[in-house]
Amino acid sequence: MNFDRAARRKYFSHGMTVLTGLSIVVIMIPLIAIIYEAASIGGSVINVAFFTQGIPYPCNSPPAASCQQGGVIVPIEGTLSLLGLASLFSVPVGVGAAIFAVEYGGERASARVIGIVADVLSGVPSIVAGAFVYIVMLAYDPSIVFSTLSGSLALSVLMVPIVTRTCEEALRTVPHSVREAALALGISRWKTSVRIVFVAALPGVVTGVLLSIARAAGEAAPLLLVLGDGCPHPLQGITNEGCALPLWIFYGATNPYHNWYLLAWGCALLLLLIILILSISSRLVLERLARRMRGG
Amino acid sequence: MALPEDAAKVDDRNLNAYYGEKMQVQNLSAFYGENRAIQDINMQISDRKVTAIIGPSGCGKSTLIRCLNRLHETAPKARVEGSVLLDGEDLYKLDATAVRRRVGMVFQKPNPFATMSIYNNVSAPLRFNGRPSRDELDAAVLRALKQAALWDEVKDRIDSAATGLSGGQQQRLCIARALAANPEVLLMDEPCSALDPIATAKIEELIGQLKKDYTVVIVTHNMQQAARVADNTAFMYLGKLVEFGPTEELFERPKEHLTESYITGRFG
Repeated sequence: MNFDRAARRKYFSHGMTVLTGLSIVVIMIPLIAIIYEAASIGGSVINVAFFTQGIPYPCNSPPAASCQQGGVIVPIEGTLSLLGLASLFSVPVGVGAAIFAVEYGGERASARVIGIVADVLSGVPSIVAGAFVYIVMLAYDPSIVFSTLSGSLALSVLMVPIVTRTCEEALRTVPHSVREAALALGISRWKTSVRIVFVAALPGVVTGVLLSIARAAGEAAPLLLVLGDGCPHPLQGITNEGCALPLWIFYGATNPYHNWYLLAWGCALLLLLIILILSISSRLVLERLARRMRGG
Repeated sequence: MALPEDAAKVDDRNLNAYYGEKMQVQNLSAFYGENRAIQDINMQISDRKVTAIIGPSGCGKSTLIRCLNRLHETAPKARVEGSVLLDGEDLYKLDATAVRRRVGMVFQKPNPFATMSIYNNVSAPLRFNGRPSRDELDAAVLRALKQAALWDEVKDRIDSAATGLSGGQQQRLCIARALAANPEVLLMDEPCSALDPIATAKIEELIGQLKKDYTVVIVTHNMQQAARVADNTAFMYLGKLVEFGPTEELFERPKEHLTESYITGRFG
């Protein structure tokens, strides 16, 4: 009897181990499948032309003898300027809010409100963020509604809560004893917060910024509303219509032309790689923070 | 009062204070929210003497010492009633950061800045409170590390991470960092409780050295330590100051029954 129960427990334990192991395999499948698909179709267009040429005239190679592959320099430029501008808007705001919430938080209810606002904001559907920026820009200046500027504002609405939350967490990992040590030396509250606590938390902050950029890099929905649909070559500055990799994947994939279809998959592969690199580097930076906090 | 033998060596700035009280605690009460941690404390802290505060856990000795450099008020919902005079001026009417530059503090657990080198730790109070030249920094770091009896052990690795030092070395680094700010008073909140006996002995020896130049206030739950290092000792119990006097008297001829019970180990 005793033996039976022990054996049953052993088999149950083994069975559950196998099941949980299987679920890891299951979550790996879509990731690997997506990367494989993007690489096998899009890989064929990843060459020098892909990174240097503008978007070609749409064509199919069997009817048109000289159907050009072309490149996606315009979406790449567009995405880089969108992400650059969006970071410029969202990082100072997110970091500022986090410093206020953590360093000056104890005494004020407004500090807790920041956390709630960030949580709600991160739940806002991205298309709604796009619609919001659309309305605001329309009221401000109708001639620049469809622009890189609008697009980056919409993306920063999505980035701010991520930056705020991760930055808050990073600041909270700095032990209280560090703040006390600084205050006890007669260092002002502000300098303690910014030049000692914030600097100690910097790797965590960088992680948050990288994660938020990774999130924004893949967004197409809000850009559908505010970026325009031109992808003009070359791009005409931030108050004119812009372009973005995910948006161009949408154009390319929904067109019947073969060269655009291939370029869209090339963009997909590129985007995946960018996000992968951002995610991995944010992990590495975070590990460095953990080492530093342990005192290595 | 008779002139001390070495009065000639005392510089003008401290001549008055030499005979008198560096700090006076007057009717001091401290609160965490509604909870009163210490109640109506009155005591004098003699210049260039070591004053120890002893008592069982939770008696408010740490709260009291944290009121002496206005660190208590940085805790959430903390407040203070009464006054603490430093050279006759009420701390609570001065700027808090200015007070903390004059009254340095060393904590229970060594807390060097983990992201900074030894040099940058010691020079931190100067670098963050002004724009000193490299020479001024070098001089201050050298002086502080020598005063903290750490110079010989770290002079070859002054730019390496402070967290690479042993616990005892880290605590002396924290003492050096506090001294670099050139304070008048040094508060020590159980500075040896995280250290082994050898490191503890070094810190105690150091305290004996430091009182030549600084007024030292030390919180300790170790009565032998108080007896070894302190000139005056205060015994606290349940947030109140039970007895305060010269260390020898307090330990050998306590006036209060409570003090006697505590130092003879009948409770605590």
